Amino acid sequence: MTNRMKEFQNLKTPLFVPFITAGDPSLEATVDLALALQNEGASALELGIPYSDPLADGPVIQRASLRALKNGMSLEKAIKLVSDMREKGLTIPVIIFTYYNLLLQLGEQKFFELAAQHDIDGLLVPDMPFEESKELHEACLQHDLSFISLAAPTTSRERLKEIGRTAQGFLYCISSLGVTGTRTSFANDLDRFLENAKASSHVPVLVGFGLSSREQMQQFEGKCDGFIMGSAIVKKIEELGPELVNEETKDKAIAAFSDFLSKVVPVKKVYS
Amino acid sequence: MKTVYPDSKGRYGQFGGKFVPETIMFALEDLERGFLEAINDEDFKKDLEHELTHYSGRPTPLTYAGKLTERLGGAGIYLKREDLNHTGAHKINNAIGQALLAKRMGKKKIIAETGAGQHGVAAATAAARYGLECKVYMGEEDIRRQELNVFRMKLLGAEVIPVTSGTRTLKDATNEAIRQWVSAVEDTFYLIGSAVGPHPYPKIVKEFQSVIGFEAKAQYKEMHGGKLPDKVVACVGGGSNAIGIFAGFVNEDVKLVGVEAGGKGILTGLHAATMANGREGVIHGSLTYLLQSEEGQIQEPYSISAGLDYPGVGPEHAYLKFTKRVDYQCITDEEALEALNILCLEEGILCALESAHAVAQAIKEAKAMSPDENLIICLSGRGDKDVHTLFEQQKEEDSHDQ
Repeated sequence: MTNRMKEFQNLKTPLFVPFITAGDPSLEATVDLALALQNEGASALELGIPYSDPLADGPVIQRASLRALKNGMSLEKAIKLVSDMREKGLTIPVIIFTYYNLLLQLGEQKFFELAAQHDIDGLLVPDMPFEESKELHEACLQHDLSFISLAAPTTSRERLKEIGRTAQGFLYCISSLGVTGTRTSFANDLDRFLENAKASSHVPVLVGFGLSSREQMQQFEGKCDGFIMGSAIVKKIEELGPELVNEETKDKAIAAFSDFLSKVVPVKKVYS
Repeated sequence: MKTVYPDSKGRYGQFGGKFVPETIMFALEDLERGFLEAINDEDFKKDLEHELTHYSGRPTPLTYAGKLTERLGGAGIYLKREDLNHTGAHKINNAIGQALLAKRMGKKKIIAETGAGQHGVAAATAAARYGLECKVYMGEEDIRRQELNVFRMKLLGAEVIPVTSGTRTLKDATNEAIRQWVSAVEDTFYLIGSAVGPHPYPKIVKEFQSVIGFEAKAQYKEMHGGKLPDKVVACVGGGSNAIGIFAGFVNEDVKLVGVEAGGKGILTGLHAATMANGREGVIHGSLTYLLQSEEGQIQEPYSISAGLDYPGVGPEHAYLKFTKRVDYQCITDEEALEALNILCLEEGILCALESAHAVAQAIKEAKAMSPDENLIICLSGRGDKDVHTLFEQQKEEDSHDQ
């Protein structure tokens, strides 16, 4: 585990982990957005790699993927972009969110080399369930990367125990069935699911999928250690896209983005 | 040389597996349990056999293609007539099997993906027959190209849902069906159309299609005093008809040939020759050969036949190629069209464009074999659905001639 990730785990809760798609609306804007997220209290960043066939994602992130692919984004380029973020002052952990095929084609060895060179802290592969991920999980451990595991309301108690026992970084609890995207209701029995997740996990338990407002997050206060927010943020970026890529309107767009964040971030982190 | 696969993780060698979001893992486990229970249940087997016989019209004949054999002067050619099934193709074998399984598992709704609409029609048919609610996901582009099949599905009471993501074709329809399954996983059965997808789907589809191979084997043996054919040829898109007919012969001393769509030729880049030109990768939850960019973005395949137009291939085929048990070849659009015409003229059978790929390869193979030898072609479907394409093709050729 990197020092950044250790610090993350000791932060005051609730933790807040936003997701953005690398390369949307442009490579440069992705760097600025990451920094804005940190300034507004992000505890870590999930950097999504665009993929042609994002099986776990709803329309908002699908569209972001298409835009990013048109901008020539790739797994390798996204990892390299993190160095630009670090140079400009990003200190929170960065977790690379990629579908397995992109990782497979880049090669695991190459991925670990790049991750070390460019200060990556974690890896999340949404189409790699527990059973398929043992080797990659091990390899991440050896390379000081946190392999982020997911658990769903449909995950059995036994599986949840195993997943929780081996979880690194944080445990990503999916709040509702279905793909990513904002929604108004969550799975039944979510409280018990989170209770079980917390009981089985020695790392922070974060809730994600479908969260779009502070009010929604308040429902879960005390039942988890933090939140992941993707589609709501990506949607905002989609709205601001044209302004973000225009040199003249860029600053204004970032300010609007920060303003939006200040309204949804659960608690503003205080930097020591 | 009996092979035991897939293993408990759903792997065929390195291929296969379950590369899916955590949310549907429990559904795949549930499905595997339900499937294993069903195929070991005498009542289920009896029901399935009854439906295949009295509803779909099995067994389908094994037809000796005498005139075609004579014209080529090589090996004797036999046709396994899956085109004579209810709804006109082998697809119904699997749709009936999975729909009965859905019912046995207490599911009330099914969802399916479709490219050209053949599997959609089969799924809608089975849903009507067994009283299930049916939603079919179909790419917007395919809906436009296959208007009549869309209408057929609606006639059968299914809802056809346009898919607007990605390239709006079969691969995107499959993504969308999986996404929708994730959100409705508790009461919905995903009725997949080919021997692809995460474990246990490739195994389930093979089980329900293996009737083709076991029937063909018994029929051939009966005609030939217990002997086996020398070769079996089948077309491969996702690969369900091929895996079905190969199932009867893979553990025997019989040569197997799978035929992929070479489209306008491998060098043009316009093809669906996954095994000739793809690399190992993950699509729809399975590790297999895949048409993809260097970085791993999935590429859109091309073939004149919509049923072979898939950028991946079933994981068992990938394994059979890797172990060299099956010889995989490519046939171009042009070769397939020529073979379709020959079969029409010699045997009075208008086969599907997909099946015409197998016929074209079999013509090449038969010529190189001795008249003492015999081969079987899996004639996976009938060509009525392709008449419009053939008509357009003919018009285009005529205009070039003028």
